Amino acid sequence: MTRAHDSKQKWGRGAINAVAAATMLYLFAPIVMIVLFSFNNPKGRFNIVWNGFTLKNWANPFSHQELTEALVVSLKVAFLSTLIATILGTCIALALSRYKFKGSGAVNLFLVLPLTSPEVVLGSSLATLFLSRGISFGMVTVIIAHVMFQVSFVAVTLRARIRGFDWSLEQAAMDLGATPRRAFWKVTFPLILPGILAAALLSFALSIDDFIITFFNAGSLVTFPLQIFGASRVAIPAQINVLATMLLMGSIAIMVGGLIIESRRNRLNNGSEAKR
Amino acid sequence: MVFVAFGVVALAAEWVTGALAIGLLALLITSVVAIIWVAIMGGLETRRALAPYGLLKPGILWLSLFFLAPLWTMLEMSLSSKKSRFDFFPSFSWEWSNYSKALTDFAPQFGRSFLYAGIATLLTLLIGYPLAYVIAFRGGKYRTLLLGLIAVPFFTSYLIRTLAWQNLLSDSGPVVSVLETLKLENIMEWLHIMDNGRLINTPAAVIGGLTYNFLPFMILPIYVSLEKIDVRLMDASMDLYTTATGAFRRVVLPLSMPGIFAGSLLVFIPAAGDFVNAKFLGSPQTTMIGSSIQDQFLVQLNYPLAAAMSFVLMAIITASVLVYAKFMGTEDLA
Repeated sequence: MTRAHDSKQKWGRGAINAVAAATMLYLFAPIVMIVLFSFNNPKGRFNIVWNGFTLKNWANPFSHQELTEALVVSLKVAFLSTLIATILGTCIALALSRYKFKGSGAVNLFLVLPLTSPEVVLGSSLATLFLSRGISFGMVTVIIAHVMFQVSFVAVTLRARIRGFDWSLEQAAMDLGATPRRAFWKVTFPLILPGILAAALLSFALSIDDFIITFFNAGSLVTFPLQIFGASRVAIPAQINVLATMLLMGSIAIMVGGLIIESRRNRLNNGSEAKR
Repeated sequence: MVFVAFGVVALAAEWVTGALAIGLLALLITSVVAIIWVAIMGGLETRRALAPYGLLKPGILWLSLFFLAPLWTMLEMSLSSKKSRFDFFPSFSWEWSNYSKALTDFAPQFGRSFLYAGIATLLTLLIGYPLAYVIAFRGGKYRTLLLGLIAVPFFTSYLIRTLAWQNLLSDSGPVVSVLETLKLENIMEWLHIMDNGRLINTPAAVIGGLTYNFLPFMILPIYVSLEKIDVRLMDASMDLYTTATGAFRRVVLPLSMPGIFAGSLLVFIPAAGDFVNAKFLGSPQTTMIGSSIQDQFLVQLNYPLAAAMSFVLMAIITASVLVYAKFMGTEDLA
């Protein structure tokens, strides 16, 4: 290769790296803004203009009662719906990856449909059903709605995670005299547990964050996003930013914890292989 | 057993009607027969053969009741009308005018939704592909960390992120002041990005918000497809005297097509139905169809019209996805 060609290539590499870096910056600009403005001392009711550094928002993060209550409601909904959806979704993922059966293609397609429908349609159609059957809106309807989109999500992500799982391990356990149930709980389940937990965690985040579907099915129940939406026209207290930053830090901590555990496990595995 | 009981309750309460009720009934009868059969035969083989259906049943039943049944109800609703002015609830009457009304009265909103969503999809592809590429091929040991960073914005609330953009793009915000110091307003006005010195409440702001909020959905599938590519393929093509560009165009790009396809769907579909960005970053002139559906449903309480609009939205999205799949040559929709 000629030198001119080489330098042209280097230039191209640099350009792509620069675009990637700029995109990363773009992804993080609002996040920086959110964290920064949690330290703002806002003038008036809207936390929009920078008016000086303060720690007072962080000193009393729960001072806005409606906001805190809404966060508690969101956490409750997310906890219950994630629990139900993880059980149902895991069963589906197991059925799809463990067994070959008639109709698995149709089930696959059926699972993807809720994920590829716009949220307005999912939310409004479910609300139409509740309305026409005279079911009153509240916590139960919101949980039902959340489970509906979480089931698909858990099933699809988990199925991708356990693709290529060695099912002969279970067979081996049964050859050694374990009952199918015992083989599953002692061999398969511990191995797929990290995947289940990862899918559950992400669907928990989806539930806490959901706005559009919840908006249609909440009735008078106020979740965290609904509270922010309602409040945004009247006032934007800095506590919104504080609570958002807390959620962010919490989830980053969980994610980093997961990464550390996984890398440690990989190292252990590599170590034992090396010994062999 | 619990789910059979659950299904019976659902039927008894007339939760599902019409064709779906028959389907559910058939499902229930088969599962009851299956349970009895297993109880009598009791063999390990029969139990194995039925195991997948048993595992699938609860989840599929949930989706049938709360995803399919609602769509069916909404289809009925979209053809309903109020018999008299005093009826609170509309009843089924083959009211096709709901559809013609949805298409004529809300044509601008439909147009805008698909235009904005289309541009946002293109933009996410243009800026997301290089980032996915750099992480996949040059990330080295930092790959997992970088991927994690891309997921970080997901963990703050969607609404709060959009509010932060409102803040960033506001008239006194940092973006406008940077543009003003650099004297770039005229160019921005010429590009129709700014409108009378304002960034917020313009179509560009709405498209920018959509692009931002759905960008990770484009990056992650592209990364997954790039990661699978064997680097030796690129080396081989270079050994056969292609340039770096040639290797990219003939090897990397075709192999990453599934990722591009999945990413485009994951961005385009939610973006077309979104109304949060249009509400926070736009103006009444940038209303999207999601916003109109929500307005008809929750404010005007015109359920039939809202239902018809939802179905038109679904139909257009499905049609464009099929055309796109044909164009991309992908058969696997999942």
